[in-house]
Amino acid sequence: MAGLINNNHMSKNLLFAGVGGQGILLVSELAARTAIHAGFDAKKTEVHGAAQRGGSVVSHVRFGPKVYSPLSSTGDVDILLSLEKLEGLRWAHYVKEGGLIVLNDEIRVPARLTNTPVQYPDNVVEFLTAQGYRIVSIDANSVATELGNYRAANTVLLGAMAEHTGIADEHWETVMKESLNPKILELNLRAFRRGKELSNSRVLSS
Amino acid sequence: MPTKQFLSGNEAIARGAWEAGVHVAAGYPGTPSTEIIENLVRYEDVDVEWSTNEKVAFDVAYGASLAGGRSLVSMKHVGVNVALDSLMVTPFAGVHGGFVIITADDPGMHSSQNEQDNRYLARFAKIPMLEPADSQEAMEYVKIAFDISEQFDVPVFLRTTTRTSHSKSVVEMGVADRKLPKKYKQDPLKHVVPIHGKRLRGNVDDRLRKLEEFAETCPLNTIEWNSRKIGIVTSGISYQYAKEVFPEASILKLGMIFPLPRKLIEWFCDGVEKTYVIEELEPFLEEQLRIIGIKNPYGVSDIVGKAAIPSMFELSPDILRNAFLGIEGRSSFESEVSIPPRPPVLCPGCPHSGVYFALHKLKAVVTGDIGCYTLGALHPFNALDTTFCMGAGIGNAFGMEKVHRDTMGKKLVAVIGDGTFLHSGLGALIDIVFNRGITTVILMDNSTTGMTGHQQHPGMGKTVRNLETHAINYEELIHAIGVKHIRVVDPYDLELTEKSIKEALALEEPAVVISRRPCVLLEDERAKPHQPYEVIEELCEECDLCLKIGCPAIGGLGTTPFISKERCIGCDLCAKLCAFDAIRPIGHEMAKR
Repeated sequence: MAGLINNNHMSKNLLFAGVGGQGILLVSELAARTAIHAGFDAKKTEVHGAAQRGGSVVSHVRFGPKVYSPLSSTGDVDILLSLEKLEGLRWAHYVKEGGLIVLNDEIRVPARLTNTPVQYPDNVVEFLTAQGYRIVSIDANSVATELGNYRAANTVLLGAMAEHTGIADEHWETVMKESLNPKILELNLRAFRRGKELSNSRVLSS
Repeated sequence: MPTKQFLSGNEAIARGAWEAGVHVAAGYPGTPSTEIIENLVRYEDVDVEWSTNEKVAFDVAYGASLAGGRSLVSMKHVGVNVALDSLMVTPFAGVHGGFVIITADDPGMHSSQNEQDNRYLARFAKIPMLEPADSQEAMEYVKIAFDISEQFDVPVFLRTTTRTSHSKSVVEMGVADRKLPKKYKQDPLKHVVPIHGKRLRGNVDDRLRKLEEFAETCPLNTIEWNSRKIGIVTSGISYQYAKEVFPEASILKLGMIFPLPRKLIEWFCDGVEKTYVIEELEPFLEEQLRIIGIKNPYGVSDIVGKAAIPSMFELSPDILRNAFLGIEGRSSFESEVSIPPRPPVLCPGCPHSGVYFALHKLKAVVTGDIGCYTLGALHPFNALDTTFCMGAGIGNAFGMEKVHRDTMGKKLVAVIGDGTFLHSGLGALIDIVFNRGITTVILMDNSTTGMTGHQQHPGMGKTVRNLETHAINYEELIHAIGVKHIRVVDPYDLELTEKSIKEALALEEPAVVISRRPCVLLEDERAKPHQPYEVIEELCEECDLCLKIGCPAIGGLGTTPFISKERCIGCDLCAKLCAFDAIRPIGHEMAKR
């Protein structure tokens, strides 16, 4: 039976996670469009609704010569980008062994469901490194704030992810120029480039 | 427009409907269907509307078809329940211009109160149903649906699910073929159904026979021959998962899932050693295969479908691998480390917070309704006793009152948003007046349809194209149906809100409290200057009273609450609650309030 399994070595799988309102869907859209611009087939899927109400948000992007399922499988994601640490942990089991996690150094404590305070996990980066993942940890909010606006934290992380996708810079930047409002384009290009620079200096592994 | 675009299923449906020459499109917002109507607005030559509710949307679109136009109606799975009365009679009367009904199902209940497999409605109503597997097909199938509708004189269902509606893939644009509407033809013998229904009844089944024949050669049903060891019968998004997990299997992909091509299925299943039926939710295809009498050749084994894969929630390649190949996916790390859930919450400054704070304090029995305000059921408000479906709350409250009027009558409140009230709440309020009830209703008027993303409704004074129109005056409307006690409050005024609810509850007559303040996410509200607040640590006594307003901008891991300055909109509600004057606008720590 094993011969029937398709491990999808042909497709690359990206996963984007975070808290509603952080701009997750924008960067996953940019990634999918960039893959198409570079000549691949691509699919993207996400669930709307929680996006503006502070819920957990995840978006799948898959690209390759031909993509069937828009959903990635657990243990099959090449790179996870998370705008928040707990959300990185929540979706980390989707990442393949030794895969890469681009993690924002940001803590957002979830709303309580009871009178008991939420137990936010300590040492997320150490835990994930111990599982064998490679982690790029960036304080993207500070980097983006220095560049002009903390809202560009998502593009800083996208730059860090882009460096590991194997897709050339020209495709990323062309798609950003085509897709983004001119008012925010310059800031986002700077954020993207800064993220790329930071990605190699920040890789942690066990 | 570029010939290739990266589109969601919903965007592709809008494009396909326009290419097919749709004249009138109507719908009611509901995830995952909403963007179909929103995207049709981009085409100026289509008459598009948000309707009052799904039944009205259906009747409007059907009327357009009878008049000779091509028309489309769009709604989520539970919306079809609202429209079902109208829908069930259409196969008796048929269509004139092509008529397509979109049902967008939500397996996994990402944004719905229930899970229901609307494929059964095609069989129930005896009308054909198409199911696309990606955005390209979504665009093409809607065009074919119009043609089938006109060819067979019947409405045609197009069924999507969350993963076809909200996934994006590359779509090659087609060519628009937009024709003028046909002339209207009076035909009361066909269209006055209650008088001619018995005669028309036979047509329903005759047509179904013809559609069954058509299904045998319908180009939407395709076979991909590959290894004959396994043959998979599938449709929609399940096809993509099947391709992923069984790249070497033969596949019968059904694009038209009702009625089914019996001979084609028999021929396919005869050609393979084993048949798997791979479908999300109920065994809709599997049951029909069993009725047809499909067995695996040599009687070796049964067809395999729901015996292996679950009949609830979304399917995925992970689930198929586990079910058929015994390969378990990786599980979450929650067994090794704390991963607390992150539920959606009311926004910072949400006007609903003020009402729920009062209801929690008053220990009222509260029946809820569908909208963002369902989140009032969660901590810290825990304010809702019930929530079921659009418009149910007011009737539910009145029914409770009938059983325990003496003990509960003065504690019962139904809460309902402005959009939901106009969708289906008004009838129940009339019922309370009509039948001498005393139930209190809180109309939470945030001036928009909040939950689905600010779609226009009849209380807003704007159409789907933002054209000026009459905005319903709720006070006048509610007065006109016979409610005498009507109070309007600003939910940011916590004292008045509580007092007004108390006063309404004490009455021996129906009462309505209108809580009025716009949704904080509306563009006009966002554009207003916001002065964020902070907690002055030296003054804070850590009583946590400020947390009772349920604001997600207030948090922190320590014992002193911390207000996120990025997220605080300066609504002042937490500061009003603070007995120690410890919450102040940033930069005002020394000033006396």
